[in-house]
Amino acid sequence: MAGDQVTLLDFWASPFGMRVRIALAEKGVKYEYSEQDLRNKSALLLQMNPVHKKIPVLVHNGKPVCESLIIVQYIDEVWKDKAPLLPSDPYQRAQSRFWADFVDKKIYDIGRKIWTTKGDDQEAAKKDFIDCLKLLEGELGDKPYFGGETIGYVDIAFVPFYSWFHAYETVGNFNIEAECPKLIAYCKSCLQKESVSKSLQDPQKVYDFIVMLRKNLGVE
Amino acid sequence: MAEVKLLGAWGSPFSRRVEMALKLKGIDYEYIEEDLANKSPLLLKYNPIHKKVPVLLHNGKAIVESLVILEYIDETWKTNPILPEHPYDKAMARFWAKFIDEKCMPATWQIMFRKEDEREKAIEEAIQNLKVLENELKDKKFFGGDKIGLVDIVANFIGFWLGAAQEAAGVELVNKESFPVLCKWIDEYVNCKVIKENLPPRDKLIAFLQPRFMASTWKY
Repeated sequence: MAGDQVTLLDFWASPFGMRVRIALAEKGVKYEYSEQDLRNKSALLLQMNPVHKKIPVLVHNGKPVCESLIIVQYIDEVWKDKAPLLPSDPYQRAQSRFWADFVDKKIYDIGRKIWTTKGDDQEAAKKDFIDCLKLLEGELGDKPYFGGETIGYVDIAFVPFYSWFHAYETVGNFNIEAECPKLIAYCKSCLQKESVSKSLQDPQKVYDFIVMLRKNLGVE
Repeated sequence: MAEVKLLGAWGSPFSRRVEMALKLKGIDYEYIEEDLANKSPLLLKYNPIHKKVPVLLHNGKAIVESLVILEYIDETWKTNPILPEHPYDKAMARFWAKFIDEKCMPATWQIMFRKEDEREKAIEEAIQNLKVLENELKDKKFFGGDKIGLVDIVANFIGFWLGAAQEAAGVELVNKESFPVLCKWIDEYVNCKVIKENLPPRDKLIAFLQPRFMASTWKY
């Protein structure tokens, strides 16, 4: 759409931000990427997301949209002529929303427990994490993407966390690929797509970032 | 087999949300009451992951998670739409629905389950969140404008359950002095035909909640 002003307020390591980057890339939307300092939040961020003060925030022609999955749905509805991210059938859409919601409720929070806890708490988090990944692996089945033949809403919700797996594995001392080989194969194949590879981050950089966060939080 | 079935629980605001939407759209359905202390094979079959109500069954296919169900209902039955048409307005409705579910409700429940001397901080947080929500109403009759929409349906907890919970726990959080705009909305809301006819009996709800709040161990 000519004349659209699109800005993304984001943070390089955020899997939630990555979701929006992938969606914008899939739709071929030109936008300005604005890296935010989360320890020193900008006036712009506080103005655009006064309720949560978080990234990502998509600013479209001056109007902010917040919460990553809400942003992805918005992108799908506005730039609807290319690369549909949600299926057209209402039941399939409901299934996509269910699984994206599952990723939201489980993956980040349990993953966070892995790198912020130790001992029994960490062991419980690791087990929970693998259980959730196995459920996702079951849902994926033999399809190339959760969305079927093309990348879709659930893929976009989930695959950014792959950037964080190396950090979880190293901190938690476990091997995700050994437990969920099909899911990891799927993640690697997603990375063949430019929209994904350009949006995700180098796992080593993410690991270094987590190490720093753990130091700051006093978890060792 | 009836085309539309709903597995629900009489006291659950999540379950009642779905009933409100079905009634608003004039959809016939068979209601099946679930005993959440003794979950039926039907519930476990149709919601194996979360094992919760509500579950909507449409032509034998299950849709779970109340927000997902509400969107499904809106997309399948077009009478009396509950979501706005414009993508930006839709994104805003989804944002506030999520805010209610993730911020307002948990903050408010937290208070009810705590002992009196532990409530202060939880009360502060809940009041803050409810104030943010109240600001969103501004001078509208409903969150949806002139008519009830998604956010009003999702806010059923605030419209009705909150009052009952306050009485059951002996806590006053929301009153006409502290929340004039929200209380005005509550009055309009509970007088709406489709809302009024879909609320659990107040005394029964208070009697149900009171011992559970006292025990401080039950989670909804």
